[in-house]
Amino acid sequence: MTAVITGLGVVAPTGIGIEEHWSSVLAGDTAIKPISRFDASSYPVRLAGEVREFDAAERVPSLLVPQTDHWTHMGFLTAEMALADARIDPAEVPEYDMAVVTAASSGGTEFGQREIQKLWSKGSRTVGAYQSIAWFYAASTGQISIRHGMRGPCGVIANEQAGGLDAVAQARRMLRNGAKVVVSGGTDASLCPYGLTAQLSTGLLSRDSDPARAFRPFSEDACGYLPGEGGSKLIVEDAEHAASRGAGTPYGEVAGYAATFDPPPGSGRPPTLRGAIENALADAGITPADVDVVFADAMGEAGADRDEAEAISAVFGPEGVPVAAPKVLTGRMYAGGAPLDIVTALLTIRDGVVPALPEDWEIHPGYRIDLVRGAPRRMPVRTALVLARGYGGFNAALVLRACGT
Amino acid sequence: MADLGLEELKKIMRTCGVAESVDLDGDIIDTPFELLGYDSLAVLEIQGQLEQSHAVLMSDDALEQTKTPRQMLDFVNNLIMAGA
Amino acid sequence: MDTRRVVITGVGVVAPGGIGTKAFWELLTSGKTATRSISLFDATGFRSRVAAECDFDPAREGLSPQEIRRMDRAAQFAVVCTRDALADSGLTRDDLPANRTGVSLGSAVGCTMGLEEEYVVLSDGGRNWLVDSTYGVPHLYGYMVPSTLAVETAWACGAEGPVALISTGCTSGLDSVGYGAQLIHEGSADVMIAGATDAPISPITSACFDAIRATTPQNDDPEHASRPFDRDRKGFVLGEGSAVFVLEELGRARARGAHIYAEVTGFATRSNAFHMTGLKPDGREMAEAIRVAMERARIRPEDIDYINAHGSGTKQNDRHETAAFKASLGHRAYEVPVSSIKSMVGHSLGAIGSIEIAASILAIERGVVPPTANLDTPDPECDLDYVPHTAREQRVRTVLTVGSGFGGFQTAMLLSSLDRLAA
Repeated sequence: MTAVITGLGVVAPTGIGIEEHWSSVLAGDTAIKPISRFDASSYPVRLAGEVREFDAAERVPSLLVPQTDHWTHMGFLTAEMALADARIDPAEVPEYDMAVVTAASSGGTEFGQREIQKLWSKGSRTVGAYQSIAWFYAASTGQISIRHGMRGPCGVIANEQAGGLDAVAQARRMLRNGAKVVVSGGTDASLCPYGLTAQLSTGLLSRDSDPARAFRPFSEDACGYLPGEGGSKLIVEDAEHAASRGAGTPYGEVAGYAATFDPPPGSGRPPTLRGAIENALADAGITPADVDVVFADAMGEAGADRDEAEAISAVFGPEGVPVAAPKVLTGRMYAGGAPLDIVTALLTIRDGVVPALPEDWEIHPGYRIDLVRGAPRRMPVRTALVLARGYGGFNAALVLRACGT
Repeated sequence: MADLGLEELKKIMRTCGVAESVDLDGDIIDTPFELLGYDSLAVLEIQGQLEQSHAVLMSDDALEQTKTPRQMLDFVNNLIMAGA
Repeated sequence: MDTRRVVITGVGVVAPGGIGTKAFWELLTSGKTATRSISLFDATGFRSRVAAECDFDPAREGLSPQEIRRMDRAAQFAVVCTRDALADSGLTRDDLPANRTGVSLGSAVGCTMGLEEEYVVLSDGGRNWLVDSTYGVPHLYGYMVPSTLAVETAWACGAEGPVALISTGCTSGLDSVGYGAQLIHEGSADVMIAGATDAPISPITSACFDAIRATTPQNDDPEHASRPFDRDRKGFVLGEGSAVFVLEELGRARARGAHIYAEVTGFATRSNAFHMTGLKPDGREMAEAIRVAMERARIRPEDIDYINAHGSGTKQNDRHETAAFKASLGHRAYEVPVSSIKSMVGHSLGAIGSIEIAASILAIERGVVPPTANLDTPDPECDLDYVPHTAREQRVRTVLTVGSGFGGFQTAMLLSSLDRLAA
């Protein structure tokens, strides 16, 4: 069984729809702007990557809007777009052959804040009926399964920013177990006062107020990251199923995957991202020389950047492979981040062009990685490696490969 | 507490969304909520909002007795009268 | 088919009625219940004021002051269970091959207790929507993301292989063990610390179940409030707790002479794609999950000796799963004992699936089927053998345990003794 990706749906700070996203990424247009969803002026971090053009009232069926959080609203649209892109009509696929597995991170944060606020300011009886289905981490998977009549296995993996890759790997397992079409990927939306405050507690957010420079991974003076919202959905499909319905050439194959976990801080043991990369390459049956581009996790925190740069250069050699970090334009989107990187990687394979950071991007002299800067780099790309790390120590690596010769 | 009227009920129903094929300004007073697109959770949400706006407390079997907008109006107005 | 087999070699339980498997099993076989009036918060004014609470003192369980401060109650449960499971399997964390050891932890609502408590402070009692971030505790983000529970568990056992937090609502505790087993089957790990935890007895979670009238309003007789399959049931009773297992590849477990509780022989999930909370009375998708799990395990209905039911004590659930058992097992459904331990330990959302696995493997090990407490007057529409009141001694080689949750998720798992095939 070969798992291929046949459809993409994007709702991201860089655009709604794959082409809008892709042209923003290639142009290097940053979506990092002052937070507009609420008055963030009293907070030490006021910048984020928001999806500004998204209006749930226009994009989501009316009855579903009040019963779901912003995170699920974007989830509905990404799933719908990905199915349309794959030209799959769920009504025509046997119900148990369709599965859903998404990544989740903070759940229905804004919805949850509103209901907790009601409870503590006006009493427990004011909590609405929809809180029970909007807040919990499985809300998006369940709603998507119901909306499209998908009765196969359902899953939710909540590994913070790494979860998007784990979810796609789980989609591949579901195909191995007999499913034919899996809606995977994820979205996230943590930009409400409580969501931002919770993120502040890690000390990992950048307090720089310059939108162009605040989030600068791999720089010598990297000072943290900025949050983003949105994400993407991917249709992961059994290659034979895709061929039999005349789906055309898929965006790519899910060729390899592995996950590792870092030892606790202060243990003296080394980080494990390198192991994840090596295991993912082994799972794909390839060597480092076969990889054409790496999409970095690019946390923007000095220690994390160093660990990642060292892992990449240890596996691929110094400046041994082009490295892209398009999340500079969107911020870290948590459950939605890695799925969006997968989309960007697949478009890189499709068009043979690697997105670039600005020409004058300063890279830490100690990091021996070929961070693509200046103009997007035109080159044939057959194999891409996507990396993602989740808060607390999660590492995941996913190998995507072009389909056909 | 003032009686609950259909327009006010419809306002609350609209906060739960409106199904594509449904016109809430049409003749809906005896149409089951289910046919208007409001499932059991939506009716519970409507009931919860009515409890707040009219300071009443719905009983556990209220779902069984409030299947249509008219039944909901009667049910809530009886509660208001009983409390008055 | 998979050639690598997965067995359970250790178990740790924190459940209402007592900490540890001994207290847990004593409660289950006594037919007594651990449901009571809520003491974890002031439930005055709530519709449902009963719950099954754990008498859990983190300091007495050996957690350090900093661990207690950092960890939400759900994380504390999981870490204690992880420690107990390792000890039970005769392992220390140094015995585990770090890069071949993973974690798969389930939770439905994550660290909501910590998240809500901190919100009360940051919003100054719900006064301010623009919460004051200067009052944030350093672990606040750890409460917002449920992944923290898997992180703490991984730190407790030293895992450096694949680690995951599975959050499929009320089927999380079955799905996480299924996920862990699959990673061993496919060769991604040799040992998985798998289980689930939830600590949802808090105002916001209670209020949201109040709002949809899912929990029981029978507050005057808390010990008898959880009444699965009984005609007079009024909804479920919220619970809390955790169970964590050491899953190992069979060859590895045998090579070290480990005690083996049971093999994870079958697992499948399906979704009803019907409603976020509602269930159709035909139990169709749960029946499909059971059928697929049996097929994967190569187990026939006649091989099943006990069904550990979801048995939440809501009318729609009890009828739904009764129909599912009939549809998937045929006449065997009428012969095999079915029971719900939620009658005794309540419904701890994502955790309960793992707690029910613990009950299932202990049933295999001890040859005793736990009863359904409070089943005084069976619902005429639930006409199977639900083992009312009293535990039953009988040989148990294979258990079917099922879960059903919000989102429409239906999960079935089969657990078997290793001598099943020899019999």
